[in-house]
Amino acid sequence: MNLITALARLLIFPGLLFAIPAAWFFLWVERKSVALMQGRVGPPFMQPFFDFVKLLSKTTPPRSGIAGALMRSWPLIALAAAAGAVGLLPVLPSSGGFEGDLILLLALLELPSMCIIAAGFSSRSIFGEIGSAREAALSVSYNIVFLLAILSIAASQHTFRLDALAALPSSPLRLLGILAIIVCLPAKLHLNPFSLPNAEQEIYAGPMTEYAGPELAMWELSHGLEWVAATGLVATLLAPHLGAWWLAALVFIALSFAIVLLLSAVAAATARLAIDTSVRFYWQCTLIFAVLAISSALFMRYRL
Amino acid sequence: MKLWRRLVCYARRRSPWLFHMNSGSCNGCDIELVAALTPRYDCEQLGVRLEGSPRHADILCITGPVTKNAVGAIRTVYGQVCGPKAVVAIGSCPATTNVFIDSRTLDGPLQKHVPVDVFVPGCPPRPDAIIQGVAKAAAILAERGMNPAETALAIATPTRGVDSFTEERP
Repeated sequence: MNLITALARLLIFPGLLFAIPAAWFFLWVERKSVALMQGRVGPPFMQPFFDFVKLLSKTTPPRSGIAGALMRSWPLIALAAAAGAVGLLPVLPSSGGFEGDLILLLALLELPSMCIIAAGFSSRSIFGEIGSAREAALSVSYNIVFLLAILSIAASQHTFRLDALAALPSSPLRLLGILAIIVCLPAKLHLNPFSLPNAEQEIYAGPMTEYAGPELAMWELSHGLEWVAATGLVATLLAPHLGAWWLAALVFIALSFAIVLLLSAVAAATARLAIDTSVRFYWQCTLIFAVLAISSALFMRYRL
Repeated sequence: MKLWRRLVCYARRRSPWLFHMNSGSCNGCDIELVAALTPRYDCEQLGVRLEGSPRHADILCITGPVTKNAVGAIRTVYGQVCGPKAVVAIGSCPATTNVFIDSRTLDGPLQKHVPVDVFVPGCPPRPDAIIQGVAKAAAILAERGMNPAETALAIATPTRGVDSFTEERP
């Protein structure tokens, strides 16, 4: 792949030019579908865009010294990582270079969550620190399942390249792995059963409590890009291999949209769990399936 | 640049985020404010979001007759809201201290301590009235965006610390 195609993928599709409107669209779909399920009308279509513009035009409190510089840089690092993760998704058929590298994609998907933890602690607000501690505990529990599920898919298909995985036909084992990934997504996106880190009415806005104006806008955008990257990962694993690029892009968008609807429905239908219940859910209930998936993947690998 | 300014004004009118503060209210106005978010009134149609942190908010909604204990908290929270910002006084209490007038535990009305943009009278006001008040405050925010001098003033206020603000208004 030459440089121009790589740049086009990073900047146009599935990169920034597609990903930023898609992030706003997914944020709107989430809010709107929750509103509809609660019998409300919900926000207008352009709402996430208006929120973003308004936040950009607001002022931020003065921050000085290293702590201030760190606080300003965390949202930017999170944003860059989430945008990179979206750019890596192998939506279009031909590929090469870094594109579709599963390990790099996982690292980039994990970086925003790390930034949130660091941001909460560097804001020196008690609510931010509690939120960060919760995010760290939650991240330790869901990531085991998330990584094991992805490992089981990769081990059963003998490759760590996402584009090669997407091209292979799907198997029951892979569906089990995808199911485990979907179970982890609400925790990764701070959605309702696992919305502890930013639990309102308990700890204000968690790690984001001290953030305002453009910094908060960057957090909102990186959260939206996380939506695009996480649902896109599942969509690429689920999507059948198609020859035509426009059909591949269309199926990718439709599948991402369906996953957003599913996650919003779960978020609207459930209440927030306490931290011990959430951790127990991942360590006791979901881990069994992940271990089952990876052990059967390894077993099949050596049998074949 | 002019286009960006117009876009910002439009966005401010369409996305008012609230922070709710109780300054010794009887909880009557507070439940009416929460009722404005419920399916029957659904003010999210206007882009309203009730935020947990004053740092995220544009509009500060204050209920209650301002008890002496609450004065420091009101000034702190007003300083924590980033500019441009507006204040909505919900109910008759913050406007006039209502039936609690002349009480020795009060230091009201609210306008003694922070500049109030919109008063929503009533004991308690109906949720529709609260939504109208918030919409008016959002329009005031947008107007502040159109006038560069006022924007500069509004931006200058939060960047000063909370202490300097209290010095200015003894």
